[in-house]
Amino acid sequence: MVLPPYATLGQRIWHYTFLVICGLIFFFLIAPILTIIPLSFNAENFFTFTPGMLALDGDAYSLRHYRDFFQNPDWQQALSNSVRIAPAATLISVGLGTLAAIGLSQGHVPFRRAIMVVLISPMIVPLIISAAGMYFFYSRVGLQGSYLGVVLAHAALGTPFVIITVTATLVGFDRSLTRAAANLGAGPVRTFFKVQMPLILPGVISGGLFAFITSFDEVVVVLFVGSAGQKTLPWQMFIGLREQISPTILAVATILVAVSILLLATVEILRRRSERLRGLSPA
Amino acid sequence: MTDATHGPDAVTGVTPDTGLRIAEQRAGGEMVAADGTPLKRSLNRALRREKLRALALVAPLFLFIVVTFIAPIADMLFRSVENQIVSETLPRTVVALEDWDGDDMPEEPVFAALAQDLAIAVELKNHTRLGSRLNYETTAASSLFRRTGRGADDIGEDAADRFVALDPAWEEPATWVGLMASPDWIEAQAEWAAGADDDAGPEPRFELRDGVADALPRAADMYAAFARVIRTEDGDSPTEEEPWPIVCRALHGDLIANPDAAAGFDGANAQLLAAAAEAAPAFEVTGFRDTFLDIDEDWGDTTIWETIKAFSSPYTAGYFLSAVDLQLTADGVARQPEDRQIYGLLFGRTLFMSLTIMGCCVLLGYPIAFLLANLPMRSANLLLILVLLPFWTSLLVRTSAWKVLLQQQGVINDLLVWSGIISDGGRLALINNQTGTIIAMTHILLPFMILPLYSVMKTIPPSYVRAAKSLGATNFTAFRRVYFPQSVPGIGAGCILVFILSIGYYITPELVGGTTGTFISNRIAYHISQSLNWGLAAALGTILLAVVLVLYWLYDRIVGIDNVSLG
Repeated sequence: MVLPPYATLGQRIWHYTFLVICGLIFFFLIAPILTIIPLSFNAENFFTFTPGMLALDGDAYSLRHYRDFFQNPDWQQALSNSVRIAPAATLISVGLGTLAAIGLSQGHVPFRRAIMVVLISPMIVPLIISAAGMYFFYSRVGLQGSYLGVVLAHAALGTPFVIITVTATLVGFDRSLTRAAANLGAGPVRTFFKVQMPLILPGVISGGLFAFITSFDEVVVVLFVGSAGQKTLPWQMFIGLREQISPTILAVATILVAVSILLLATVEILRRRSERLRGLSPA
Repeated sequence: MTDATHGPDAVTGVTPDTGLRIAEQRAGGEMVAADGTPLKRSLNRALRREKLRALALVAPLFLFIVVTFIAPIADMLFRSVENQIVSETLPRTVVALEDWDGDDMPEEPVFAALAQDLAIAVELKNHTRLGSRLNYETTAASSLFRRTGRGADDIGEDAADRFVALDPAWEEPATWVGLMASPDWIEAQAEWAAGADDDAGPEPRFELRDGVADALPRAADMYAAFARVIRTEDGDSPTEEEPWPIVCRALHGDLIANPDAAAGFDGANAQLLAAAAEAAPAFEVTGFRDTFLDIDEDWGDTTIWETIKAFSSPYTAGYFLSAVDLQLTADGVARQPEDRQIYGLLFGRTLFMSLTIMGCCVLLGYPIAFLLANLPMRSANLLLILVLLPFWTSLLVRTSAWKVLLQQQGVINDLLVWSGIISDGGRLALINNQTGTIIAMTHILLPFMILPLYSVMKTIPPSYVRAAKSLGATNFTAFRRVYFPQSVPGIGAGCILVFILSIGYYITPELVGGTTGTFISNRIAYHISQSLNWGLAAALGTILLAVVLVLYWLYDRIVGIDNVSLG
């Protein structure tokens, strides 16, 4: 994308126009997320910049919406539900998903494609359909409106991500390492924990992060499968946005943006580390 | 880690697979493994063990997904055609209606059957459920059944009064038990009643005596139903409860039809029945039809009967027909009345808006992907963060951001007013309509377009464009004839992905779509949680699922499902 020195005027104009267009699109992508951050420090109950905020007046900013988030029992209940549901669902997803990914990568699995389609299906089917089906079925078996029901539903939604990331890590896995371990006298379990696990760990962790964020962000399924007792953070935000929208939502949103930046950074670091470990890219 | 860069299939050593092949090639001279078994068999065994081990690793997750996910989807498919409620709640009516031609009000026997079915349904309290089910097809069915349910208790009261006036013994539960119950059951019941203070479990199941069903078919049928219902619902015994009036009414009908019914009985029962049979023709009782017309004259209308008849089979295509604005009538399939045709419009709107969102994503995503693919690695990675950050940010966060920005008093309108583009009175309506949904969903789905496009564009060698230019192509021609065709697979992948995701979206349209910007999924949710028409919700879901699966099949053909990458 470097302009050659011999470019004509027209080419120059086009080049810079293109860059401006790209800049505007990036602005479109990122600006909504960035705008809510200052708005969440608004001292008033408004959703727009007050004159005081534009004048950078210190009094126009406050932490009252954050205080509300940490003191309001509804939000605290939602937060604790989210924190109770997401890790449990992630554990199930990661445990079962990693095992299955290892099994699938062994090269001798009959009906591999059909099995893969079934395992990936929770990611393919639109959430509203999963939610409808789960609502019908879970009310039949008495899981609707229970903590267990929500955890199982979220675990099912999260596993495809674990399968995909772990399978991707296993693509470059050097089989001779496990054979070498076996040759040196290690049993399958010891080989797994001492040789295979450390190498695929980055994939497992990033798959787990995907599963976690899937559960943590999920609102459609929990809306149907859960009851008031399982109200999660996204659910509370959904209610807030639909009924009485309060600036506390922006404070929560800002906190969640911070969390996603953290997660994004973690996944990126893990990906690089995994590639280095597997020798896919120079360290 | 020397051979770490090989693909998964490029195994260099001898695997059981290749070993087997080698062993087969050498079939002439039998090769023997270290323990003396033929090498072929030993390898076969190793291969089988490996397969089993792989399957054992996959099995837990497979079962988990089948139970927690596939079963619910199957349940939904089942519910979209399931319709047992009509034939279960009104079994006799459904049979009686089989010969009805649909031209006039049904005959007395149909009303008699309905009276019997409703008497049971009211006791079981499921006539209102049936009413709401039929209400999906004919409005007013719900109130009709509720009103009739309140009057159903009294049907046959006049017949019961006549019987009691004739002989007070008809008021005694014991008379009925003696008439209807089998001697075995009476004995078992007496035994159970004697030890009832112990934890003897529930009363024995009621049994009719031999021959009573032939002599007094309807009365026996109703009495058996009465005995069953009070046992399961109220925990009462027929030995202590006077039967419902409808049983007397049924007995009256039986005695008219079969005056010699007493012949099948002996002793006091025979005398009692013979006396009743003699007096029965003189009883003044209202016909079932008149009783129902008295309760609600809608029963005289053929509409409700047509609906019952059309939905009498245990499985129905009715929900699917409703989902495409058709309806099932007694004469076959017909279009819904004009004012109830909403699903065609909704499906059309969902498709149109998904296509618009997809188009917006291509327009905005292509330049970005092109820029990223042509920048040096380091700056591309930096800019990629700007794409990945929205991708990783919670959906609710992004939706709330748009909700705040697009409001009438929101940041965008404020900005436009401040810059003088619009006047304060002419603030744009950007939210709670289609515009809001399209803007917000384009933003939310844009990363799903950029990422596949970027990964395809990265593989296009820059030398092709350079070659085209050196052969005299202008920048534009080189792009149009050389670069663009190579990026088409990326556009295809991104488009299908964005389209599939947007067609099933629920949250964002619900929050920023108002009434005109909602999708078919919002209607599904409405039917599940508000109108409680689960069958229709399931049918709409099934259609949506079919569309999505076809699209995924296409996606698989074009890109391959295994190539789904996550950033």
